Amino acid sequence: MSKQDDTVALAAALEHNRRRERLTRFWLLAPALLIILAISILPLGITVVYSFLTPGTYGGVTWEFSTDSYVQFLFQRDIFDDTLVFNSAYLSIFLRSIGLALGATIGALILGFPTAYFIATKPREQRNLWLFLITLPFWTNLLIRTYAMLLIIRDEGIINLVLMKSGILSSPLAILYTDTAVFIGLIYSFLPFMVLPIYASLEKIDFSLVEAGYDLYANRLKVLFHVIVPLAKPGLVAGGILVFIPALGAYITPELLGGGKKLMIGNMIAMQFGASRNWPFGSAAALILMALVVIVLLVNALATGREARGNG
Amino acid sequence: MADPATAVASPRSAPRRRRMVRDLKAMPGFTAMAWITIVALYLPIMVLVAFSFNENRSVVLWTGFSLDWYAKALENDGIRNAAWVSVKVALFATVISTIVATMAALATTRTRKFTGQGLVYGIINQPLMIPEIVTAIATLSLFALVKKLTGLNGIGYLMMAHAAFCIPFAYMPIRARLETMTLTLEQAAADLYAPPFKVFTLVTLPLLGPGIVSGAMLAFVVSLDDVIITLLIAGPGETTLPIYILGAIRRGITPEINAVSTILVAVSVLLVMLLFFVQRRMQR
Repeated sequence: MSKQDDTVALAAALEHNRRRERLTRFWLLAPALLIILAISILPLGITVVYSFLTPGTYGGVTWEFSTDSYVQFLFQRDIFDDTLVFNSAYLSIFLRSIGLALGATIGALILGFPTAYFIATKPREQRNLWLFLITLPFWTNLLIRTYAMLLIIRDEGIINLVLMKSGILSSPLAILYTDTAVFIGLIYSFLPFMVLPIYASLEKIDFSLVEAGYDLYANRLKVLFHVIVPLAKPGLVAGGILVFIPALGAYITPELLGGGKKLMIGNMIAMQFGASRNWPFGSAAALILMALVVIVLLVNALATGREARGNG
Repeated sequence: MADPATAVASPRSAPRRRRMVRDLKAMPGFTAMAWITIVALYLPIMVLVAFSFNENRSVVLWTGFSLDWYAKALENDGIRNAAWVSVKVALFATVISTIVATMAALATTRTRKFTGQGLVYGIINQPLMIPEIVTAIATLSLFALVKKLTGLNGIGYLMMAHAAFCIPFAYMPIRARLETMTLTLEQAAADLYAPPFKVFTLVTLPLLGPGIVSGAMLAFVVSLDDVIITLLIAGPGETTLPIYILGAIRRGITPEINAVSTILVAVSVLLVMLLFFVQRRMQR
């Protein structure tokens, strides 16, 4: 056999191998992708279609094209002369939700950053246990945690009981079914999402930089804001996004702690598929929520991309 | 010549300066904040658990220890049916999602890099990226359409929806395990003329075991705890335990809810603690 024959045979064998690998990979991936495409991604397409249809009388849709769902978001159609009047009801629910989600993100940051820093500066053997303590609540049912929070902040709850028994207050603080309750509940629900990414970036910090800061006569605050915070920025941003997005779409927290009166986007969307039955409008509202989420993620991607280019 | 001498001497003066900042890493108040976080995370759950053992009907005033509310909860047919539905759905979702996630993890770690790998990751993690309420109404719309077209009903829809959102949770630990496993043992087996199937069943699978167990446990916990998707999709007679609890809270607070909640929390916590130890052993 000539050397050339060998090369050809080898190339053919490699090509055969590669083709077999591609086939194996395809069949290994197919079931997972199929399930997610069919049950998670295809439905998003249906939601887009539904948002342009006319609501059915008893829920569902009738197949008639209409942009009413999007119009309804900002305007109210006058029953008599069919003119459009600006209606801020739905817009204000969106703005409220954005405000609450932002507030919860900041609240979670104020609690989460020191916590992450505390864990990151613990001896290595203790860190895992602390991280475990932070993540454990995440794996317990969100509904049950929210119910537990409800028990605590009720008028007859333990906080008011302590405050009144100790004579600090004569009448209970009415926290439940207010924005404050929703705000507290959102922080409580998503705090672990803030701590973990911040910890991940703090853990990598080279503390000789902190030492250098002190050697250059910086005080604690300066070291914190000019050395540690900039180094922890990726974690802070990731944590912010991980708290903001689920808080924006929260359903359980406003449902239980807002008493169904202090609505957020999530409740409003769910309502359209239940009692008030306007599936197209619910679909449109869900897509607007999705758009908000995508905008947040895009802005983040662009910012980190520019930063990476700036540094490189 | 005097200048370099002082330059050499200056590091020696550094420790004196450092003594002013006693601990390099300490930040005043941060420890207190960390403890506030831990207390805030655990206090509500502790109160909930404590009052599930209260003998009185009150979820506020402690009168004495009793297991009455657990007995009441376990006798309640609504709760028993809901628990059975929860377990059925979670088991189905766990088995399906763990199998397909294992296959997908093998495909993304045990073959050469391929074009579209990023897209594949994106699709697998998609259920994590979208707000749950959006997934819930979208899936509801799809299922309503399918039901209308085929006339088929049943709990299968709920089971498949759970299987779908469990996939990324099962996938993550399995992929992580595969990435830390070296190929040497598998290559050694292949060198000793083991056919690919035998390499997989006798070498890869046993090594991957802890990863698969972790993935399955996460999937089970996530399915067991789901509220929003289940709330919108579940038909009559498909009430899971969390949905039952939500309904009960809306009807009025009783220690019975605390008792069921405590059981559910205990199941999740036990599984996650088990997972923690499995992963610790994996690291050794």
